[in-house]
Amino acid sequence: MGKLQSKIPDGPLEDKWNNHKNSVRLVSPANKNNLDIIVVGTGLSGASAASTLGELGYNVKSFCFQDSPRRAHSVAAQGGINAAKNYKNDGDSVFRLFKDIIKGGDYRAREAYVYRAAQVSNQSIDQLVAAGVPFAREYSGYLDNRSFGGVQVSRTFYASGQTGQQCLLGAYSGLTRQIARGRVKMYARREMLELVVVEGKARGIITRNLVTGEMERHSAHAVVLATGGYGTIYYLSTLAVGSNASAAWAAHRKGAFFANPSFVQIHPTSIPQLNDFQAKLTLMSESLRNDGRIWVPKKKGDKRHPVNIKEEERDYYLERRYPAFGNLVPRDVASRAAKERCDAGYGVGDTGLSVYLDFSHAIEKHGKEAIKSKYENLFEMYEKITGNSPYKEPMRIYPAGHYTMGGLWVDYNLMTTIPGLFAIGESNFSDHGANRLGAGSLMQCAGDGYFILPVTIGDYLADEIKTARISKDIPEFEQAEKAAKEKLQSLMAINGKQTVNSFHRRLGRIMWDMCGMVRNEKGLKKALKMISDLKEEFLKDVRIPGAINEINQELERAVRVADFFDLGQLMVHDALSREESCGAHFREESQTAEGEAKRIDSRYSYVALWEYQGEGNKHSLHKEELVFENVEVQERSYK
Amino acid sequence: MEFKLKIWRQKNARSQGAFVEYFISGVSKEMSFLEMLDYLNKTLIESGDNPVAFEHDCREGICGSCSLYINGRPHGPDDLIATCELRMTKFKSGDTIIVEPWRAKSFPVLRDLIVDRYAFDKIMQAGGFISVNSGAAPEANSIPVSREVADEAFDAAICIGCGACVAACKNSSAMLFVAAKVSQLALLPQGKPEAEKRARAMVAKMDELGFGSCSNTGACEAECPKGISLAHIARLNREFLLAVFKT
Repeated sequence: MGKLQSKIPDGPLEDKWNNHKNSVRLVSPANKNNLDIIVVGTGLSGASAASTLGELGYNVKSFCFQDSPRRAHSVAAQGGINAAKNYKNDGDSVFRLFKDIIKGGDYRAREAYVYRAAQVSNQSIDQLVAAGVPFAREYSGYLDNRSFGGVQVSRTFYASGQTGQQCLLGAYSGLTRQIARGRVKMYARREMLELVVVEGKARGIITRNLVTGEMERHSAHAVVLATGGYGTIYYLSTLAVGSNASAAWAAHRKGAFFANPSFVQIHPTSIPQLNDFQAKLTLMSESLRNDGRIWVPKKKGDKRHPVNIKEEERDYYLERRYPAFGNLVPRDVASRAAKERCDAGYGVGDTGLSVYLDFSHAIEKHGKEAIKSKYENLFEMYEKITGNSPYKEPMRIYPAGHYTMGGLWVDYNLMTTIPGLFAIGESNFSDHGANRLGAGSLMQCAGDGYFILPVTIGDYLADEIKTARISKDIPEFEQAEKAAKEKLQSLMAINGKQTVNSFHRRLGRIMWDMCGMVRNEKGLKKALKMISDLKEEFLKDVRIPGAINEINQELERAVRVADFFDLGQLMVHDALSREESCGAHFREESQTAEGEAKRIDSRYSYVALWEYQGEGNKHSLHKEELVFENVEVQERSYK
Repeated sequence: MEFKLKIWRQKNARSQGAFVEYFISGVSKEMSFLEMLDYLNKTLIESGDNPVAFEHDCREGICGSCSLYINGRPHGPDDLIATCELRMTKFKSGDTIIVEPWRAKSFPVLRDLIVDRYAFDKIMQAGGFISVNSGAAPEANSIPVSREVADEAFDAAICIGCGACVAACKNSSAMLFVAAKVSQLALLPQGKPEAEKRARAMVAKMDELGFGSCSNTGACEAECPKGISLAHIARLNREFLLAVFKT
């Protein structure tokens, strides 16, 4: 357990980050120029980290699998970014933001991390505004805020329904500036396949050039993973279809512990699946729940058109079950409640797997124009996809896999259990506990990338100033390259009959049914067997056309799906071992009489860390106890 | 539904490409255009052929990856959408659908329908930013921006960098792409100090990379999935002329 030093600084909660900043070692400007840093991923956290490290004078190499860093999946975040500016004078503060995140995460995140995330949130807004992000303004010219996602203050900054795009492009523009200055070298269309560890320290990566297929070696004094989440394991999710876990998994196989892998957020308001070939699910922003009311018919299997179902025949089940928060309950609660109604036979649509999100009351009350001004782009998007107008009839929605709270374990310096390997943004586990609040992910990404990592990485690199540039002609690089090559060759050699997607779809179904919104022991055990059978079938019968040394999108997919089998197994093990319900993790065996999640703090108030023990061997479980000194641990109630 | 597809196939940047015909049946009207191509690829792979390579990622019209020229229009026969938002309801069963990559000298074809748009990143590197270091920013509300200006900047900032404007232009000009960024940053007080320099540098880079001059036909605006207005080109011209007169 020596590896598990979280390095949380001493002192009162509100002083920890400042104390830490004052005590971490610094690297002088002259020495920074001799230190190389690899940053994998160019989303909001990766792009902001790479550009900031470049500004500081380090030699940065930035990698993304897309054709341009501007396309990373942060681009799709819709609703907003939280900060504790208290511009609305509604009683918000750093402490209150901290407390909301801890409570929203169902007391499964560490206090010191979350407090720091709340502390730097204000600086992130300053930075993004200065970079030219056109956040929404009031007529006065000052920044507007809205209320978002299960909290009682308005602290969310937004740019229409495209906040993620605007924040990402702000960070991307900073990155391009450093590329132009020569401080960052950009490697687009590269996929990281292996992490290179030399004498216990992360020293480089092996990438595949996705255009030529060549294997490439890249060395550095430290490696930063900003590779996002793994929600695409469900196949159908709100994520970009290229999002994947392979870089994080490669790090995990080399010794980085994976924390709380089963903590996955299912977003309650996505457009339901419409056809069997569907590649992804489209999110409808949570902000719609500010004006939309969710309901199903009171009568089972009622197939009447929704506008013909009278008011008294409708069950507004969120308002009924949670009178205090109503339609604004957090995502996990809203998702489970929708599933509960559909499983009980009250779901609507052809498949019975959707519920109504109704704007007719809001239109009646505020007028069509007012609703249009808030949601026009979302209503249009919905109509384009489904052919129905939300102005005339309710939307149909259903939950979809969205965000992974689990990820690589990191200490207070955002360093994993491999010295010199850092993880930021969604790829780490740090801030959101068992459930993330809306507009919290951009907040964490910007904080990690702009303000936290650039400070903490210095503490590690201060010991590396005498380390010469890392040679790529050493056995460790050779072995890692060989392993990557062999992996690709063995996949190509299978030459079976079924497509990669067909396997991914089946894996996704297993994960969704048995390790999705609701889990139980029987289902999870069944899933373990099904995943291992499916992996075996994959390794015998997958068909990857083409060759390694060319653009080969099927090969790219195959590598990602191969890793998903193993990650899926780990998620199931994690879900099995946590015999409580908390946040997004709902174990049927652990619920209250009213069907709400029942946390068991006496046994499960810990972060579950999984250590890789070699191909085919069982992972070992480590536990990091969670200590709450500044908030009272309560039952998380929205009633 | 069933379709005859004529799709541009090209092994790599060095080889010659050609149209190849495919017949596809069993397409459902609920499919998106890219899901129809996924379906085609499934049948190609299962019958031992190479699937059609095309770029895509978010599949909700925001990442800008998808870039297909369908029946003579960038992003196909619908307005204000990226290719991934195009639905099969826009076609009639029995139609012939012609699918090509973006055609522009500055966007070389890498394989089938995938082109290299690195030139856009190069233009951005020439000046598409505000030179503010992390930590140097003033308090956010110390820079008031009127709502009208903020909204106008936003309307330019929503460019997804897909390249449809270049593909639509007979001169393969990148004026709308450049104008959107120049205009967004010139409108905001934060971006004003560098506005002229930015306009000059980005236009020079655009020329250097082989993009043509503005055709003044408005084809770019008509095909832009985000409806970015030609008015931004007018603003770019103003910024650019100001910059040129001062040098």
